[in-house]
Amino acid sequence: MAGKAPAGTSRLRAATRENIAGWLFVAPVVMILGLFLLLPILMALWVSLTDWNGQGSPFRAGVPFVGVDNYTRLFTEEGLARQDFMTSIRNNVYYVLIVVPSQTVLALGLALVVNSRLLKGRTFFRSAFFFPSITSSVAISVVFLFIFANSGAVTSLLNLFGLDGPQWFADSRGVVHLLLGALGVVDPSSPPAALTDGGPFGLSWWEWLSGPSVAMTTIIMLVVWTSSGTFMLMFLAALQDIPVTLEEASMLDGAGRWQRFRYVTLPMLKPTMFLVVTLGLIATWQVFDQVYVMSQGNPAKTTLTPAYLSYQTAFRSFDYGSGTAISFVLFSIIVVFALIQRWVMRDRNGGAGSRRLRRS
Amino acid sequence: MKRTVRVAALGAAACAALLSSAACGSGFDDNGAQPAQQSGGPAKLQILIGSSGDAETAAVKQAADAWAKKSGSTATVTPAQDLAQQLGQAFAGSNPPDVFYVDASRFADYASVGALEPYGDKISNSTDFYESLRTTFTYDGKFYCAPKDFSTLALVVNQDLWSKAGLGDGDVPTTWDQLTAVSRKLKAKGVTPLVFGDTRDRVGAFMVQAGGWITSPDGKTATADSPENLTALQYVQSLLKDKLAQFPKQLDAGWGGEAFGKGKAAMTIEGNWIKGALKADFPDVKYSVHELPAGPKGKGTLSFTNCWGISAKSKYKQQAVDFVEAMTTVDQQMAFARAFGVMPSRQSAKDAYTKEFPDDAPFVNGADYAQGPVNAPKMDSVLADFDTGIQQLASSSPKTLLERVQKNTQAALGD
Repeated sequence: MAGKAPAGTSRLRAATRENIAGWLFVAPVVMILGLFLLLPILMALWVSLTDWNGQGSPFRAGVPFVGVDNYTRLFTEEGLARQDFMTSIRNNVYYVLIVVPSQTVLALGLALVVNSRLLKGRTFFRSAFFFPSITSSVAISVVFLFIFANSGAVTSLLNLFGLDGPQWFADSRGVVHLLLGALGVVDPSSPPAALTDGGPFGLSWWEWLSGPSVAMTTIIMLVVWTSSGTFMLMFLAALQDIPVTLEEASMLDGAGRWQRFRYVTLPMLKPTMFLVVTLGLIATWQVFDQVYVMSQGNPAKTTLTPAYLSYQTAFRSFDYGSGTAISFVLFSIIVVFALIQRWVMRDRNGGAGSRRLRRS
Repeated sequence: MKRTVRVAALGAAACAALLSSAACGSGFDDNGAQPAQQSGGPAKLQILIGSSGDAETAAVKQAADAWAKKSGSTATVTPAQDLAQQLGQAFAGSNPPDVFYVDASRFADYASVGALEPYGDKISNSTDFYESLRTTFTYDGKFYCAPKDFSTLALVVNQDLWSKAGLGDGDVPTTWDQLTAVSRKLKAKGVTPLVFGDTRDRVGAFMVQAGGWITSPDGKTATADSPENLTALQYVQSLLKDKLAQFPKQLDAGWGGEAFGKGKAAMTIEGNWIKGALKADFPDVKYSVHELPAGPKGKGTLSFTNCWGISAKSKYKQQAVDFVEAMTTVDQQMAFARAFGVMPSRQSAKDAYTKEFPDDAPFVNGADYAQGPVNAPKMDSVLADFDTGIQQLASSSPKTLLERVQKNTQAALGD
């Protein structure tokens, strides 16, 4: 019966049909994503605009709607909520600043090592480096608790060399503060008034500039160690994807080892680098399980992170509105960082230069 | 072709139904109405306990079974992994257990949001509970729930280290000055004199001894920034600065009892739970228990307690009250005391208890002058912040800390 219809209608109908078929095919995924991703996010967004206390449904009448109060409390109102939040942001900024570059560099280094044809037992090293990544982060955290205990392996090792190690998990002193003190720039026990008197968002400049605490550095070491294995695997895959001909060509052109790495290997790794840094940024901003297992934000809130603070605010203090507001701020921070990083790593030559090489 | 359209429409309808049912499904169905009450007859009680260990779980299960048999109901006792979190989720899902432990420090949070049934005075002879415990579980003038049992802090002394330092029974300090003096003697012998936890749950005892506390007795006004509290914190600071007292973490221990058990300190300030812990982990340590040294305003200690909370949403409130009644009789409380070392919350059980456990007299006596946890909602983050300040007390200004706690408490209480 379709055959007798005018040509135009038939084409239109064909398009409609394709549309419907297309929607049908994606319907299961759309439904699953909507149900388990979009809907909970929207529900959380609603909760972040209310003062819901965790009793009954947040969607019934009578739940106090407070607008953006939960958000302004985090940024503009003087008080404990802002102080805790800004402290957690500070901690996490230092954490990201250290973890992302070090894990990327370490992962790339490891990948180069296990990719080199000269190394014997490559498979062994590959699995050895990858092993921490597939181990449960909780198990590793507990092991690190033992290693860094005051009578643990690290302290004993330092003692062997006549060094007096810090009390790792009890030490809330900032590394930058310690460094400045050691260099004799400022005295950490009586910082200059210029730094302590004021600062943005309720923390003094002195507090902002503390650097990660000694306790936080243990978590940093743990995360760099565990996550570099995964990223090594990504770099390794990309390295093996680089055609040998390219390397040979550059050798014929008289490029040395370093030049080959700098002008051939690194540009070819750019997409992977983008992936690794993006994944690293997201994971580091969301750090939770290590904090939950190892320190619960202690000592002196120096390992408090927004993700953990959000959990604590919601499930410990029954302030679900504030808790979800924190998680939405965290979400936007991650989006902004991803965008910035995309812009920084954009292809400045207008595109396909390096990619064309690989395809040819 | 028509069929395809129909199938698509059907699919879309199913999808919409699924989405909407998820949005307002049974889990969130709540119109604030009181659940239908089943006033008499057999009930199915769900009981969630924050158990201290297998001994407690077994004892409560046994008691619950006995009650169930007698009343013809069923009572399912579940030990929680993380009571605060599980209760929080249960309340949010409108499906809380009928009866559950409520920690005194969380009580005001629960009561203020209407999660608890104020049944306290329906329990027979409810004035028999210690007055300090009744106050702990009173919110807005209503006595909400029956205290399960309680603990207080006392001074625990390691006998071996004590005599090694040439000290005798008469040297056990009863005042702050004596505590300082005896600590100096121990320090001179190379022993860490005192260890206590770095939170308000230990340091707060000094505040009570100095006559201060974080909030007023009715929990409505902030009283953190007071000269009494300042005296207390300055005293604690002097102990910490001279290394007469150390926090457990500095001695590589998780809590005071562990540091004490390992023999890393001669004294600790802990509650009666330390007995069980020492017996289990450090059976060879010889120790004695004494009341805490008195401060400028006399004796003071802190009490910790749980109550038997009954959910405001329970279908079997009457049976639940009956259950709690059975759990808080003198006999049952004594049975619990024997099973897992807690102290009965009824004054009428005091004599029987001290007769059976004479060594615990210092703990029980503490009930007369004990201060319960801060009894006000929304104080959790404020107190956590105070704890953070206490961790750094050795190197910071007590006055600044108290001003900060005062400001935060005022904001939380809205006064």
